Amino acid sequence: MADSIPLPGPIDLPSTPKARPLMVEVLHAWVTTVDHKKIGLLYIGYALIFLVIAGLEAVIMRLQLAVPENRLVSPQVFNRLFTMHGTTMVFFFGMPILFGFGNYLLPLMLGARDMAFPRLNAFSFWISAFGGLLLYFSFLGGDGLYGAGTAPDVGWFAYAPLTAKVFSPGHSTDYWTLGVLLSGIGSVGAALNFVTTIISMRCPGMKISRMPLLAWLYLVMSCQVLLAVGPLTAAQIMLLIDRYLGGHFFDTQAGGSAVLWMHFFWIFGHPEVYILVLPAFGFVNEIIPVFSRKAMFGYAAMVAATIGIGFISFTVWAHHMFAVGMGPEANMFFTLASMVIAVPTGIKIFNWLATLWGGRIHFTTTMLFCIAFLFQFMIAGLTGIMLAVSPFDWQLTGSYFVVAHFHYVLVGAIAFTIFAAFYYWFPKMSGRMLNETLGKWHFWLFLIGFHLTFDFMHVPGVLGMPRRIYTYEMDRGWGVWNLIVSSGVIFQVLGIGCFVFNLLRSYFKGKIAGPDPWDAWTLEWSTRSPPPVYNFAAIPTVASRRPLWDLKHPEDPDSNYEI
Amino acid sequence: MSTASVTPREQAWTLPSRGVVGILCLIVAESAVFIIFVVAYIFYLGKSISGPSPHDVLEIPIVGTICLLSSSLTVYLSVDALRKNNVRVCSFWLAATVMLGSIFLGGTALEWHKLIYQDGLTIRTNLFGTTFYSLVGLHASHVVVGLIMLLLALVFALRGQVTEANAARLDVLSLYWHFVDAVWVVVFTVVYILGR
Amino acid sequence: SVPSWLTEGRTSIFSPKGTPAHLIFGLSMFVLAVTACIFLVVGGLLAYALIRYRHRATDPDREPAQIYGSNQIELSWTVVPALIIVVLFLATARIIFSTEYARRPAGALDVIVIGHRFWWEFRYPKLGIVTANELHIPVSDPRNPTPTYLEMSSADTDHSFWVPQLAGKMDVIPNRVNVMWIDPETPGLYLGQCAQYCGVEHAKMLLRVYGQSQSDFAVWVAQQRQLSTRDTTTEEGRSVFFHNACVNCHSIAGTTATGRFGPDLTHIASRDTIGSGIVQNTPDNLKKWIDNPDRMKPGCLMPPMHLNDRDLNAVTAYLTTLH
Ligand code: HEA
Ligand code: HEA
Ligand code: HEC
Ligand code: CUA
Ligand SMILES: [Cu+2]
Repeated sequence: MADSIPLPGPIDLPSTPKARPLMVEVLHAWVTTVDHKKIGLLYIGYALIFLVIAGLEAVIMRLQLAVPENRLVSPQVFNRLFTMHGTTMVFFFGMPILFGFGNYLLPLMLGARDMAFPRLNAFSFWISAFGGLLLYFSFLGGDGLYGAGTAPDVGWFAYAPLTAKVFSPGHSTDYWTLGVLLSGIGSVGAALNFVTTIISMRCPGMKISRMPLLAWLYLVMSCQVLLAVGPLTAAQIMLLIDRYLGGHFFDTQAGGSAVLWMHFFWIFGHPEVYILVLPAFGFVNEIIPVFSRKAMFGYAAMVAATIGIGFISFTVWAHHMFAVGMGPEANMFFTLASMVIAVPTGIKIFNWLATLWGGRIHFTTTMLFCIAFLFQFMIAGLTGIMLAVSPFDWQLTGSYFVVAHFHYVLVGAIAFTIFAAFYYWFPKMSGRMLNETLGKWHFWLFLIGFHLTFDFMHVPGVLGMPRRIYTYEMDRGWGVWNLIVSSGVIFQVLGIGCFVFNLLRSYFKGKIAGPDPWDAWTLEWSTRSPPPVYNFAAIPTVASRRPLWDLKHPEDPDSNYEI
Repeated sequence: MSTASVTPREQAWTLPSRGVVGILCLIVAESAVFIIFVVAYIFYLGKSISGPSPHDVLEIPIVGTICLLSSSLTVYLSVDALRKNNVRVCSFWLAATVMLGSIFLGGTALEWHKLIYQDGLTIRTNLFGTTFYSLVGLHASHVVVGLIMLLLALVFALRGQVTEANAARLDVLSLYWHFVDAVWVVVFTVVYILGR
Repeated sequence: SVPSWLTEGRTSIFSPKGTPAHLIFGLSMFVLAVTACIFLVVGGLLAYALIRYRHRATDPDREPAQIYGSNQIELSWTVVPALIIVVLFLATARIIFSTEYARRPAGALDVIVIGHRFWWEFRYPKLGIVTANELHIPVSDPRNPTPTYLEMSSADTDHSFWVPQLAGKMDVIPNRVNVMWIDPETPGLYLGQCAQYCGVEHAKMLLRVYGQSQSDFAVWVAQQRQLSTRDTTTEEGRSVFFHNACVNCHSIAGTTATGRFGPDLTHIASRDTIGSGIVQNTPDNLKKWIDNPDRMKPGCLMPPMHLNDRDLNAVTAYLTTLH
C-alpha cells in the first residue's frame, strides 16, 4: 500500500520544450495566476523588496543615531522613517513572506493540488500588494519627495490622539490607516484560505494528527489572524470615522479615550507578534529534524504548545501598557498571563533540544540559521520575561531595551528562520541549490551584524535612552553604544547583500537540485523541483507523519510508532 | 512489510466542505470586528459630554427585529427546498427573505431619519451618536451585502439557473445571513435594551 | 555587583536614588539572575548537544535511533518552568504592592504635572506656584518621609514622565489623571525625558528634577511665590512683550499675560535651562530662542516672532529680570 506514495523523482513526462514566451506573456501569466506556487513566489518577491526598502530606512535611522546631536535628517523625516520602517517590516515584509511560504508549501505538504480558494488567494495577494503601494505612495504625496512627502509619522501603533485631525492634519495618517487596512483584508483572506486548505484539502490518509507540524503552526496562526485582524480593522474604521465624519471615538476633548485605542491596537498587536513567530517555528520544526536525522521529539506536545500559545496570546495584550496606569490588579494579571506563555514556548525549545539530542547534526547553512535562532529566540524570550515583570517594565517600556527585545525576536528569530527557509526550500522552488559558500558568508556576516547591533542595543535602554528619538544629548553617555549598534548594520547589509546575490546567481547557475536534495521526509520532496502546476501526478496517500521516511525505510515505517 | 501502517482503501476519505469552513472563518473574522464595535459602544455608554442620550431618543425597533429574525427561518426554508430540488418553493422563500430584510433596512432608514431631523443626533453630535451610528451602520451594511447576494440568488433562481447542485452554495449564503441575524440579536440587546 | 558601564551617567535605571527606583532595581536584579540561570542551563545543554551530536565522517551510514517523545521528560520541562514563573510572579506582586498600594504619608507634597507638546508644566496647588520643565522637590528622609505625588495629565497627546533614577515611567494621557510618587534620597539634579512618542520634538522634551534639602526647597518656594520686582531699566522690553503675541501663549503672574499654551515665564530667569532643558538659560541662548525657536528645536510649537534686533534685545533683557 505504501507504494501509492509517488516515488521520489520525476513522476511525470518532461514537458515538450516550447518557444521562449514573450515578456508580456510572462507578465500576464504572473499577474493573472491563481496557482498557489506562483502566488507564493509573488508574496515572497514582494516581501523581499519591502525588506530591502524598510532595511534601508533602518540604515538611515542608524546613521542618524550613530552620534549624538546629529543633524543628518530632520526630526520630521526621522519620525516618518521609523513609522514606515516598523509598519513595512511588520505588515509588508513579515506577514507577506510568511504567507508566501505558506502558500507555496502547504498544498505540497498536504498532498493537495492547490489552495482551497485559488481566486481568493490571488485577490488576497493583490489587495495586500496594493496596500503596500498605497502606503509608499505617501512619499510622493503632499510636498513630494522633499521632506519625505506625507509619509505617516505616528509610529507603527499610531496611538490616539496623535492621529486626530488636529495633531495630524493632511492625509499622512490616512495612508497608514488605509494601507494597513487593505493589507489586513488580504491577511484575513489568506488566513481563511489556509484554514480551509488545511481542514478540507488534505490528501487521503493525512489525518489531522499526521500533518507536518508546519501545517499545524499555519493553522493556529491563521486562526489568530482571523481573530486578531478584526480588532485592528475595527479600530481603523473608527479612526477613519473620527477623521472624516467628525466622530469622537478617540477624541479626548469630547470625552473619548486615548487608552481605548491602545487596548484595541494591542488586542491585535500582541497576537500579531505570535502570528509572525509561529510560521517561523514551523520552519524550524521542519528543518531541525531533517538535519539531525531524527523524528521531531514530542509531536503531540508541540501541537498542544502551539494551541496553548494561540490561546494565551489573546490574554496578554496589556503588557504593552504597563505604564498607562491600569492599576495594580490589571498589572498583576497581565504580568502573570505574559509569563505563562513561557511554559508552552519552553516546551518548544526543549523539544527542539531533544530532537537534536542523539541525532546526527549536519551544519548546513539552513541548519546554522536554525541553531542561531534557538539561542537568539531564547534570549529574546528571556528579555520578554523581564518586560513582563511590570515594575521592571515601568523602567524599560518605551526605551531602547524594548527595541532590542523585539528586534531580537523579529530579526534574531523570525528573519533568521526565514533565511533558513530560503536555504531549505529554494531548491524546491527553483530546482537549483543555493550556493553554500555564499550562504556561509551570508550567515556569519549577518550573525556578527545582528549581535553587534541588537546585543548592544539593550545597553542604551538600560542607560535611559527612550525609543523614537531623532537625536540625543551629548552628556548622557549613550554615544559609544549607539555607534557600536550602528556599526553592526554594515555587516547586516553585507550579509543581506550576499543573500540577494546568492538568490539571483543560484537561480541561473546553481547546482541542479533534484526532487529531494536533503533526503527529507515530507510530501513536498516527493515531486519534481520545481513542482509541476498540478503538484502531484497522482494524489498521494499517506500512512504516517513522515511519508517519505516510510518509503525509504519500509522495514521500519513511522506508522508503527504513531500513537 | 508492515501491514499496520496501511490506510485501508475502503475507509472513505471525506473532509469538511470547503464552502462551510470558509464562511465560518469569515464569520469568525467578522465577529471580531463586531465585538470591538460593541465594546466601544458599551465603554462609551453614559460618557457623552452633551445630549441627547439613548434613553431620550431611541425607540425599540420591534417590527424590524421581528422581520429580520423571521428571515432566518425563510432562508432556511429556501435552502431546504432547494435540497429537495424544489426551485419554485426555493425562489418563493428567497423572495420572502429579501422582502423581510428590506423591511428591516427600511425601518433603520426611518429611524435614522427621525434621529437626524427630529432629534438632531448625528455622528458628530456626541459619543453616543458616534458609537450608535457606527455600530448600527456596520450591521446595516452587512444586511445590505447579504441582501444583494440573496437578490442575485433570487434572480438566478427565477431565470431557472439554480438547481439542486447549487444547494451547497445557497447553504453557505444562508450561513452568512444567519450570522447577520445573530449579530442583530447582540446589537439589539446592547443598544436598545441594556443601553437604554 | 552591576558593572559600572551599566550605571554610568545620570539616567541609568541601575543607579537608583529613590524608593520606587530601589524597589524596581532589587526586583530587576532578581529577575536578571533567574533568567541568566535559565540561559546558562538551556544554552549549555544546547551547546553540548550541538557538539556531542554533530555529524562525523566516521558515523555509520544508517540513520540514528528515532525517538518520538517521552511523557515523563516532557512533563518535567512543563512543570519546572511553571514553578519558576510562580516564583517570578510572587516577587513581582510584592513590588507592585509596595509601589502602587503605598500609603500616602502626611508630609507628602502635591504637584500637578501637565504634559504639553513639547514641554512640561508643573503646578503646586497648595503652594500657588506654577513653573515649567524644571521640577523642584524636597528630598525625603525615610524616618520622616516627604514624597512628592505627581498628578499627571496631558493637554494634547500622550507623553510619559520618566526620571530613571527616581522611578519607572507613568504615562501622561489627555482626559485621564495618573498618579505616581517620587522621593529622591539625596539632593541633586535628576535627569529624564518624555518616553512616549508625542510628535515632532518628542526627542527634546527633556525633564529636570531638582531634589533639594528641606531648607533649600523652602527657599526656592519662597522665591517662586514672590513676584519679581519690576525693573525700570527694561520697560522697553516689557512693552515689546506685552504688545506682541507673547501674552497669548505665556503667563507672567501679576500681569495681563495669562496665556497657557507655552511655559509660564513668571520666574524664567530663575531656571537653569530653556526649551525644556535643551540649552542653558543664558541671555544669548534666550535671544536666539525668541528669534527663531525652530532653529534650536525644530518643529517646536512656538513660532518665530520676527522681532527686529532692537525689540529682540529688549525683550531678552526684560525676561532676564524675571527672577
Ligand atoms: C515575534 C515577536 C515576539 C515574540 C515571540 C515576543 C515574545 C514575548 N514578548 Fe515581546 N514584543 C514584540 C515581539 C515579540 N515578543 C514586539 C514587536 C514588541 C514591541 C512592540 C512595540 O512597542 O513597538 C514587544 C514588546 C513586549 C512587551 C512590552 C514592552 C513595552 O513596550 O513595555 C512585553 C512585556 O511584557 C513583551 C513580552 C514578551 C514575552 C513575555 C514573550 C514570550 O512569548 C517569550 C517566551 C519565551 C521564553 C521565555 C524563552 C524560552 C523559554 C524557556 C527557555 C523556558 C524557561 C523560561 C522561563 C521559566 C522564564 N514583549
Ligand atoms: C520584522 C520586523 C523588523 C525588522 C526585520 C527590523 C530590522 C531592523 N530594524 Fe527595526 N523596527 C521594527 C521592526 C523590524 N525591524 C518595528 C516594528 C519598529 C518599531 C517602529 C516604531 O517605533 O513605530 C522598529 C524600530 C526600529 C528602530 C527604532 C527607531 C526608533 O525608535 O527611533 C531601529 C533603530 O535602530 C531599528 C533598526 C533596525 C535595523 C538596523 C534592522 C536591520 O536588521 C535591517 C537589516 C536590513 C537591511 C540592512 C536591508 C538592506 C539590504 C541591502 C541594502 C542589501 C541590498 C543589496 C542588494 C539589493 C543587492 N528598527
Ligand atoms: C503660539 C504661541 C507662542 C507665542 C506667540 C510665543 N511663545 Fe514662547 N513658547 C511657546 C511654547 C509652546 C513654548 C515651549 C516650547 C518648547 O519647549 O517646546 C515656548 C517657550 C518659550 C520660552 C522658553 C521657556 C522655557 O522655560 O523653556 C521663552 C523664553 C519664550 N517662549 C518666550 C517668548 C517670547 C518672548 C514671545 C514673544 C516675543 C513668545 N515666547 C511668544 C509658545 C509661544
Ligand atoms: Cu512628550 Cu514624547
Ligand atoms: Cu506583546
